[in-house]
Amino acid sequence: MSELSELYQQVILDHNKKPRNFRKLENANHTAEGYNPLCGDHLTIYVNVADDAVQEIAFEGSGCAISKAAASMMTQAVKGKTREQAEDLFKEFHLMVTGELDEEAEGNSLGNLKIFAGVRDFPVRVKCATLPWHTMHAALNKEDRVSTE
Amino acid sequence: MASIIDTPTTNAATDWDVERIRADFPVLHQTVNGKPLIYLDNSASSQVPQVVIDRGSVYIEQEHSNIHRGVHYLSQKATTAYEGAREKVKRFISARESRECIFVRGATEGINLVMYGYGRKFIGEGDEIVVSAMEHHANIVPWQMLCEEKGARLRVIPMNDAGELLLDEYDGLLNERTKFVSLIHVSNALGTINPVKEMIAQAHKYGVPVLIDGAQAAPHMPVDVQDLDADFYVFSGHKMYAPTGSGIVYGKAALLEKMNPFQGGGDMIKTVTFEKTTYADLPNKLEAGTPAIASQIGLGAAIDYLNSIGREQAAAYEAELLRYATKRISAIEGVRIIGTAKNKASVLSFVIDDIHPHDIGTILDQEGIAVRAGHHCAQPVMQFFKVPATARASFAFYNTKEEIDVLARTIERVIEIFS
Repeated sequence: MSELSELYQQVILDHNKKPRNFRKLENANHTAEGYNPLCGDHLTIYVNVADDAVQEIAFEGSGCAISKAAASMMTQAVKGKTREQAEDLFKEFHLMVTGELDEEAEGNSLGNLKIFAGVRDFPVRVKCATLPWHTMHAALNKEDRVSTE
Repeated sequence: MASIIDTPTTNAATDWDVERIRADFPVLHQTVNGKPLIYLDNSASSQVPQVVIDRGSVYIEQEHSNIHRGVHYLSQKATTAYEGAREKVKRFISARESRECIFVRGATEGINLVMYGYGRKFIGEGDEIVVSAMEHHANIVPWQMLCEEKGARLRVIPMNDAGELLLDEYDGLLNERTKFVSLIHVSNALGTINPVKEMIAQAHKYGVPVLIDGAQAAPHMPVDVQDLDADFYVFSGHKMYAPTGSGIVYGKAALLEKMNPFQGGGDMIKTVTFEKTTYADLPNKLEAGTPAIASQIGLGAAIDYLNSIGREQAAAYEAELLRYATKRISAIEGVRIIGTAKNKASVLSFVIDDIHPHDIGTILDQEGIAVRAGHHCAQPVMQFFKVPATARASFAFYNTKEEIDVLARTIERVIEIFS
């Protein structure tokens, strides 16, 4: 089960069990809903943007362990970042989980998000990991709803 | 874990030589992620025995040509094989005549054929169509499309928490506005076997024709359309050991005759001028264009195979697998079975507290176990049970109790990982 333990690492399981920033953000000025019709993952991302930066970000919803942990860790990673930095991080994350970025060899700002590198060995689960990121991107760009399938 | 193995309850099941049966299915003999494949996704698509593969190969290697339109040797061979398969289908479901058996791509296309050919012609504004709460999308969406187009109304027979239809409520839904009833025979998401014979009789009291979606029934139990008195009966070949692209719409000849064609094109015509076309007789009227000849011939071979192994015995063995799996899996703490009808086919849908079915599916896959994780194209069923999705193990007569033991152990491992 080596690939499996690569996917379901303790940190991911912990974020699944106790997701961080898991709430509605009352003062959000950007929100979007993400939905993966394939598995029923469904979440709402709330962002408060001021001075072109993500001041606060939170999420609500239900989904698999991978999507929930990805959302939880994403909120931690992008809080305080400029919009551009948040979008860049999304690009790097996406490249990593689709196997187009070697997170160890090539320069990046992924930090502890590298824990999701194992997802690349499970192609059908890539959408689970990227759903929160697509939804954040939609929120920042004022799209209400995003669907990954 | 202590053994909770039941002693086999029927002779048919005891006599079932599962190893001999497994030898007929080449795909089963492989490893996945280093583990022997345990294929428990039979409700999505079942595996194909060597005799069916061989029959398709013979067509491609020795008989390939178009049907119904050549005077040459190969075309006659292909036409004979294709029409021979139709004859086998006729006997398989006890239709009166083979022209009542229309070849389609699968159950979904079959329902759409009836919606377009019958529904659009005979259902209008204010009319009502009755389906059940446990339909899969293929038996909801086409009727919704028709309702939207015609201003008709879709009525839904409710079910109880076990996943059984409420027949009194069904009776209450039928009235003079009811113009069509379309029901799933065996639920793909829950395994429930619906009492369709009684339900058809109820509808007939109002003169309402009934379509039965037998996609999950035909592989698991003998089907007699005359005994059921079904007006239409559809099923897919790829869920009953034939290749994809094969399937059947059975319809009573009188109904098929008064229907509009589904698609226009070659094969379905008698004469064509730019002013007017006259349609061919049944079954050709409803089969436009070149069909999936190899697949439909394969369906005929799959029927021969099912008859050769004994459908009653296969059903008895599958019932025993379901009993064993239900006992074994429901004994695991934290597991809830979704669909606990008294009368069930070999489908076991389940959820685990706080663990998403997709995570269950991924971990099972690492152990070589193929199950379906998702909404089973039956989102209203998921909404009813208030779950986003379920994991589903569906058993065929080539599965074994040992495989179920591995499934149970791996489910326990899933719970461990997430604890």
